[in-house]
Amino acid sequence: MLGFLKQPVMVTAEINVNLVALTVMGLLNRLWALSYPQAVVFDEVYYGQFVSLYMKRIFFVDDSGPPFGHMLLAFGGYLGGFDGNFLWNRIGAEYSMNVPVWSLRLLPALTGALCVPLAYQILVELHFSHCAAFGAALLILFENSLITQSRLMLLESVLIFFILLAILSYLKFYNLQKCSPFTAGWWFWLLLTGVACSCAVGVKYMGLFTYMLLLAIAGVHSWHLIGDQTLSNVSVLCHLLARGLALVVVPVAMYLSFFYVHLTLLYRSGPHDQIMTSAFQASLEGGLARITQGQPLEIAYGSQITLRNVLGKPMPCWLHSHKNTYPIRYENGRGSSHQQQVTCYPFKDVNNWWIVKDPGMQQLVVSNPPRPVRHGHIVQLVHGITTRYLNTHDVAAPLSPHSQEISCYIDYNISMPSQNLWRVEIVNRESDTDVWKTILSEVRFVHVNTSAVLKLSGASLPEWGYRQLEIIGEKLSKGYHQSMLWNVEEHRYGKSQEQKEREVELHSPTQADISKNLSFMARFTELQWKILTLKNEDTEHKYSSSPLDWITMDTNIAYWFHPISGAQIHLIGNVLTWASANVATFVYVCLFLWYLLRRRRKICDIPEDAWRLWVSAGGLCVGGWAVNYLPFFMMEKTLFLYHYLPALTFQILLIPVVLQHLTDHLCRSQLPKNAFSALMVAWFSSIYLVYRTFSPLTYGEPTLSAAELRALRWKDSWDILIRKH
Amino acid sequence: MPCEGTRLRFPSCPTARTPFPLVPCAVVPSRRRLPRVGARMTLAAGCCQAESGPRCGGLRQRRPRRPAGEPSRPSPPPRAWAPLEAPVGVWAPLAFVTLLSFASRFYRLSEPPHVCWDETHFGKMGSYYINRTFFFDVHPPLGKMLIGLAGYLSGYNGTFPFQKPGDRYEHHNYIGMRGFCAFLGSCLVPFAYLTVLELSKSLSAALLAASILIFDTGCITLSQYILLDPILMFFLMGAVLSMVKYNSCADRPFSASWWFWLSLTGVNLAGAIGVKFVGLFVVLLVGLNTVYDLWELLGDLSLSLVTLGKHLLARVFCLILLPLVLYTAQFAVHFAVLSKSGPGDGFFSSAFQSRLIGNNLHNVSVPEHLAYGSVITMKNLRMAGGYLHSHWHLYPEGVGARQQQVTAYLHKDLNNLWVIKKHDSNTDHLDPSCSVEFVRHGDVIRLEHKETSRNLHSHQHEAPMTRKHFQVTGYGINGTGDANDFWRIEMVGRKAGKRIKVLRSQIRLTHLATGCILGSSGKTLPKWGWEQVEVTCTPYVKETPNALWNVEDHINPKLPNISLDVLKPSFPEILLESHMVMIRGNSGLKPKENEVTSKPWHWPINYQGLRFSGVNETDYRVYLLGNPVVWWLNLVTIGLYLLMATCAIVAMKRGVQLTAEFKELSEVLLHSGGKIMLGWLLHYLPFFMMGRVLYFHHYFPAMLFSSMLTGITWDTLLKFCAGRLSCSMGRRVYTYGTLALMLLIVYSFYLFHPLSYGMVGPMASDPNSPMTGLRWLESWEF
Repeated sequence: MLGFLKQPVMVTAEINVNLVALTVMGLLNRLWALSYPQAVVFDEVYYGQFVSLYMKRIFFVDDSGPPFGHMLLAFGGYLGGFDGNFLWNRIGAEYSMNVPVWSLRLLPALTGALCVPLAYQILVELHFSHCAAFGAALLILFENSLITQSRLMLLESVLIFFILLAILSYLKFYNLQKCSPFTAGWWFWLLLTGVACSCAVGVKYMGLFTYMLLLAIAGVHSWHLIGDQTLSNVSVLCHLLARGLALVVVPVAMYLSFFYVHLTLLYRSGPHDQIMTSAFQASLEGGLARITQGQPLEIAYGSQITLRNVLGKPMPCWLHSHKNTYPIRYENGRGSSHQQQVTCYPFKDVNNWWIVKDPGMQQLVVSNPPRPVRHGHIVQLVHGITTRYLNTHDVAAPLSPHSQEISCYIDYNISMPSQNLWRVEIVNRESDTDVWKTILSEVRFVHVNTSAVLKLSGASLPEWGYRQLEIIGEKLSKGYHQSMLWNVEEHRYGKSQEQKEREVELHSPTQADISKNLSFMARFTELQWKILTLKNEDTEHKYSSSPLDWITMDTNIAYWFHPISGAQIHLIGNVLTWASANVATFVYVCLFLWYLLRRRRKICDIPEDAWRLWVSAGGLCVGGWAVNYLPFFMMEKTLFLYHYLPALTFQILLIPVVLQHLTDHLCRSQLPKNAFSALMVAWFSSIYLVYRTFSPLTYGEPTLSAAELRALRWKDSWDILIRKH
Repeated sequence: MPCEGTRLRFPSCPTARTPFPLVPCAVVPSRRRLPRVGARMTLAAGCCQAESGPRCGGLRQRRPRRPAGEPSRPSPPPRAWAPLEAPVGVWAPLAFVTLLSFASRFYRLSEPPHVCWDETHFGKMGSYYINRTFFFDVHPPLGKMLIGLAGYLSGYNGTFPFQKPGDRYEHHNYIGMRGFCAFLGSCLVPFAYLTVLELSKSLSAALLAASILIFDTGCITLSQYILLDPILMFFLMGAVLSMVKYNSCADRPFSASWWFWLSLTGVNLAGAIGVKFVGLFVVLLVGLNTVYDLWELLGDLSLSLVTLGKHLLARVFCLILLPLVLYTAQFAVHFAVLSKSGPGDGFFSSAFQSRLIGNNLHNVSVPEHLAYGSVITMKNLRMAGGYLHSHWHLYPEGVGARQQQVTAYLHKDLNNLWVIKKHDSNTDHLDPSCSVEFVRHGDVIRLEHKETSRNLHSHQHEAPMTRKHFQVTGYGINGTGDANDFWRIEMVGRKAGKRIKVLRSQIRLTHLATGCILGSSGKTLPKWGWEQVEVTCTPYVKETPNALWNVEDHINPKLPNISLDVLKPSFPEILLESHMVMIRGNSGLKPKENEVTSKPWHWPINYQGLRFSGVNETDYRVYLLGNPVVWWLNLVTIGLYLLMATCAIVAMKRGVQLTAEFKELSEVLLHSGGKIMLGWLLHYLPFFMMGRVLYFHHYFPAMLFSSMLTGITWDTLLKFCAGRLSCSMGRRVYTYGTLALMLLIVYSFYLFHPLSYGMVGPMASDPNSPMTGLRWLESWEF
């Protein structure tokens, strides 16, 4: 019974002291004096506002990326007990006491520190010597730009961490593949690859490129697997399915779950509500939901409604009219109908109310029982305050002369009769007899006489139109476009007393209907689409740079500057490392091409194993560099030096790969090998020296004098702030 | 039954009863399947017969080689396709499809007799060439030059204004230009036929591809008008055809026909990029094909390095140098022909304009170097940039400081004149007693507005439109201002101390106090600024044309005038400049947010067409829309192709034992089909990444590839199906399958032909219209 006691309980542990030492060093150099400076540094001002909104559970839309990164930062704030009360408005503003600076910056710093052992392990898994691996880790450790970026509340270090983790777990998985597939360890690393990939994508969309690279590598490996005729068809299929599950299904599910958590956390309405559709807004607590609660669901003849444009660009707005008329002649000499203006107005206003009227009847109240308006019905729209009818006719619109003018009809008794019949077309209907519903239905108004479609043109009217947005009747309706769609936002039935009582009676549970109808997938799709398509107007920034400047580090970014002491933090890399990385890339590509061409001619300079190692390591490092760097040439947004850091990390990993290859295969005799080692020691010491030299700009202390700062300006293009006395 | 077994074998199904007698070269398998490596050694008389001239497909080798044991049989009984076995067998169908193609493109060519769609642009540009007036377009010149040439040769005199679509041509001769485009458009069909024939060695695949193109309403419509697309597609298909041809000559490198097709590829490439930049995709296709080709050659150890070097040099010469020379030559002709000033002047720099006869900068004499006291105008280097301008009006209340406005103005005006002065003295340099002092790179100067005597000034107030920039004003009285009036004048790419040249020097003005740079943002000021263009001082030090200026007018009585001819830019300079302008023009074509625009995913599903002519019921309406049956067939085929290719490639990788016929089929599928598929991808996917406005007709180059792929894929599929069945059964399946596809295409063309040849009468949305039943998608508007 106590047989297990017969054997002594043995715990053997192998500890790789290298790894431990690297981790400790990483932690030391990333976490040291983390809460200094006690002030907002650079993009903390940007991410900080989202952290605050998370703390207050207020909904926001950020077009810079998916929510996982923001949530991680907010998690730091949550652990530190941050209440979200801080005004993130200015770089350099002192943090107040309630902001837990240390814990906000902890997570990026931790991930940044862990990149050091990760780099070590990646090279080990690539079958390089521990010496080379140690070198790679040291290079990451002493890279000033990575240190700066990870010591602040920024997302690049988190992104790099997940990218490296994904690479490492894939390599682990691949190495296990040969000896023990379908074991627990195999599954663990395979799944971890997928998870890390989705986290990388979830932090920043840049992660997508590394994910693609990994998929491509996995694809090549799977292709070899298919060609392996020792495996049975079934086991090949199992292998492929397992990869599909872990590398496609799991990441997609994870990515969705980020949004699920994001949307669950942020349930209150906030400043970005207006960007979203009415249905989405109604699903948030406060805001629109407060207004729409309890309003009737089905539009009936006699309903009073406000109409919101579904596209809402350049800004969200409602169909509007007011007493003023179109000027008889525009500035360019064209004439107008001189009837009452119809515009789109970006604010809530009493003039946004319209009444749906049955053309066959005079009354403007809802009858008993209410007669709902259905798809295909013909209606008139009566402006609530002025009681004029929405009208269009063959007159050119003020700013879009190819379209028809929309007006509220005034009878001038000239040869211009009213043409105010509109056909209601519900675009997102399920059947052709669908009822027009508040918020949910997206409706197109087609003019009966001319088949023009009511549309927001996007241009804003001159002074006479109070800079409101132009509404036109598009004659040649070229298919579906959101600028032609409208949805009812606010809605109430006609004013008679008895009807109101019935209304309460019949329609009290409408609010529940609406938010239930909007499923998570609908909300996710909308939010994701908005994130991808939301365009900030082109902003110029003092420190923005072009991708070509990055390779040679011709640019830097001043992150923070103390107005009194003159202490400053810059994003400046370790110049020597950057230069060496470029040289290594160049050497690699040249050697690779040389070997490749020679092998094609059946001349093998290096053994087959070495060649395979050379290809796989290079494919990963150069490939990683390329996919994280080249896409920036095609991007039109404002770019900064820190966008280069993921690519740089890959480039740094390449340096020891190239160095070891050179020692192993090109230095044949002992003497050059010794010389090479001596050179290596000298080179590493100079890297350390450069790191020490620039560390005042990396850590923000100690404060340097103007002369010292001038001495640090190694390149003329660097912008180091030197105070004039 | 053993006999059946042998008959199953494809393609050497014994005797003439083989289901696939139309597979000419495939019966000599080694020649076709391994065109390069091993085959080269064994082929003494390859397919590339010299007597077959440039057509080196070897299609005359039609007679199947019988297996040794098989007794020789008498010639086959007459069949439907028997004549094709005769030497006319390949030429007759070619002549037939060419005839059909020409007939379909030239039918009702003169209708409608008014300007349709983009004819208003390209016809107009043709007229510009005839009139030799300079204009600007975002496309390279070859296409429009050819249109102009066609018009000129056919007797059009260039006087029709081509103002807007719908204008009647009246007595003007437009048929020549349309006929030229239709001619090139008709050539696409024989080109596609020959390409597919060369790739698949199957007559029915070639016929299928050709019939798809003949009977596609979209291709017909696009070929019938004065447009660049038929010209582009002509060169594009020409390049593909000659590429395929020279690939099949690979077994006889450096022969006459090999050189012919290789250099013809280069010529066609030059033509393709010369018409539109979209031609770059076909350059990419040929480039990838060549790299692959060279890679194969490199792996052939029987070739010496010298031979490899020759191969490489031949390709560099024919596919890189030759196209470059031709492309440059087009521009040389373009600039030589367009020697008169015209509507395009304003897009180019002052130096460029001085070349043009009739421009006010032509043959003008001005002093060459700037000196203190010179009166100058400064033109912004951004496209259609204005002159630095100021006037008596002040910035309104609330817009920065209430000082005098400084703007950029597009027209010549006295208020554009500025006087260069030294920053620290106010002496009159024009006083004859003073010696001339030249302005040099790096000098600190003051610019005084001549009319109002205020200095160009900037300060840290925000600019009126671009809020992150500083405001630029006119400040001071009679030239006395403050330290904010000082600017450092610098030239791009020059050293300190150099003199500044009129026209040629690109000048940057840096504000001394704030370090910002004078620039024009390109935004239009509101009414208070007379809708002139905003001028700001940008603190973001970037090298953009917005922040660069050049001196255009220059008055200084103390300096000798020189003729501007001396400063005329050289040919490489104008070539470079016109490319910069084209690129900027292209990237300026951004869609507006609220416009309905065509999306790339619309195209292959034929979601929406383009209205070429006519809107109302009484108009003669032409609507550019692909024949939906053809297009959907193409779409399905792409999926089918991917499926078949995946199956084939996985089966081979898994080492499944395949019969020879399957190997042959999959070879055609993967190798030939792969090339075409790559072409389709290269001509389609890049559009997803383009920011500019896109139109439906951008898909047509890709559609050509898609059609060829359809021919190859269905032919392979039918052969595959036939191969599974008995010989006679298989033949029937193959024949009827091909026939059914063709009949389907012809019938759908019969249904949809009014789209191309014009419709009059009620719109299709009207139930009375004959087209009502054909409006299969709601988004079609005919």
